[in-house]
Amino acid sequence: MKKLILGAAIAVMSAGVAFADTVRMGTEGAYPPYNFVDDNGEIVGFERDLGDELCKRAGLECTWVKNDWDSIIPNLVSGNYDTIIAGMSITAERDEVIDFTQEYKPADPSAYLAVAGTDDSAIDGIVAAQVNTVQSGFVAKSSATLVEFATPDETIAAVKSGEADAVLADYSYLAPIAAESGGELILLSPRPFIGGGVGMGIRESDTELKDKMNAAIDSVKADGTLNALLAKWFPEETSIHSAY
Amino acid sequence: MFEFCVDPKTLEGISWIACYLTTPKHQSMYWSVLVVLLLIGLTAPFTMLLGFFGAWLKRSVFLPFQFMGWLYTSTVRGVPELIFFLFVPIALDQLVELIRHKIKCSDWTDAVYQGNDFVVCTAAKMPLGEAEQWVHHTWNFALAVTAFSIVFGAFAANIIDGALKAVPKNQLETAQAYGMSKRQIFFRVHMPQMWVYALPGLSNLWQVLIKGTPLLFLLGIQDIVYWAKELGGLKTQVYQYPHPDIRVWYFLGLLFFYLLLTWISQIGFDRLTKIVSKGQATMGGQAATGGRV
Repeated sequence: MKKLILGAAIAVMSAGVAFADTVRMGTEGAYPPYNFVDDNGEIVGFERDLGDELCKRAGLECTWVKNDWDSIIPNLVSGNYDTIIAGMSITAERDEVIDFTQEYKPADPSAYLAVAGTDDSAIDGIVAAQVNTVQSGFVAKSSATLVEFATPDETIAAVKSGEADAVLADYSYLAPIAAESGGELILLSPRPFIGGGVGMGIRESDTELKDKMNAAIDSVKADGTLNALLAKWFPEETSIHSAY
Repeated sequence: MFEFCVDPKTLEGISWIACYLTTPKHQSMYWSVLVVLLLIGLTAPFTMLLGFFGAWLKRSVFLPFQFMGWLYTSTVRGVPELIFFLFVPIALDQLVELIRHKIKCSDWTDAVYQGNDFVVCTAAKMPLGEAEQWVHHTWNFALAVTAFSIVFGAFAANIIDGALKAVPKNQLETAQAYGMSKRQIFFRVHMPQMWVYALPGLSNLWQVLIKGTPLLFLLGIQDIVYWAKELGGLKTQVYQYPHPDIRVWYFLGLLFFYLLLTWISQIGFDRLTKIVSKGQATMGGQAATGGRV
């Protein structure tokens, strides 16, 4: 009897919680095509489309929050928002602090961007990367000298100004920049394979949300929605268009 | 904004610039000017209050108060601001949520600190998860004002303490000889005379405060420096208005904005100095009145 009452009480409580629960999605808003702020001031990109679809399928009300990359994990664990959906690779170091859902974008090669005329030996010179990324960790362990920047934008500026010999970042971020530079910037040929796939970061204690999001990711993988989104936002990376 | 802005990629020259500068994203930047001014306007009075309080603690004859005043001014002035702004708002936020949690969810059995996670019940969230975005922004803004006030209050406490000490002792003794009470001496003689010594320090503090607003971004509030960086950065074809890295123009704009603020503040402080110098036995006071002592 006691258990029955308890069970009923929990059911009532969790129903109330589910009704009042708004999931706050934390993102950086500076890393196209994953997530960026468009000219209307809206957060858009691959992860915006995906996140909205996941929330719809999981039956959650979602709002979007922009947060600096530097403090994106501390603000998640202290509860300022409920997920990190910001092109974050699943790594063992991060997994010690937060949990990840299953990946929604497979691991893909990173690339080096440099000014035209640079040869591949630049990857052992001074290499710029965004702070606290898998790429910055990779450069730190290599023989190259690492210079770190708070935003992806500043890493590109560093290469243009000659402060760094090359930038290491995701191929999908660098490719359009090289293509539209009018020959000023090029991608070097080494394409190191760093880190795991990209997943959504969630507080370790928030297993309920993690389960819901995992189920929703299963569902977008199963009916091809995720493949279509990957093809829409990463048109050049044809190898991942039928990843799931 | 304008009707001809429907298809930005076909625009050129002046019309491109007109459309570009009136995008909703640019309007966010124009609004952030007000955010900055509001932050300065709200922080300044709280800073002065905390400054007077800190100076009062330091000057207290009661030793524990004196110690508290010393602890406040020394620790806050010694900790790097960046660390302070990362720590204090998060700590304050958690403290408020913890108190609300204890009151509203007393039947909660799980631990609040689970490993790295800080977990309170949904009802104790500050602001509530379902609250509108502007409520979250306002709350963050209030945390920012608090953090700024605590930091600058410590500096102000030192300035005010020093200025109070600089007032010639015989002025206070004269007041005492006239039979004024301690309170009367402070409000009628001591404080009016200390401003002339405090103003140079306070005007420095004011300038540092004006320049300190980019720290707001640590709290998720976007100020003009953030927008200048964000808007001026390289934009590929994914954006409606692609352009190369033009941050230098935005930073030039910022330069003029901040120089203008400095110039206006300086005029204000010059006037204040004139007012508080009147009749004072200082060089400024004599020069201002043209009289002899």
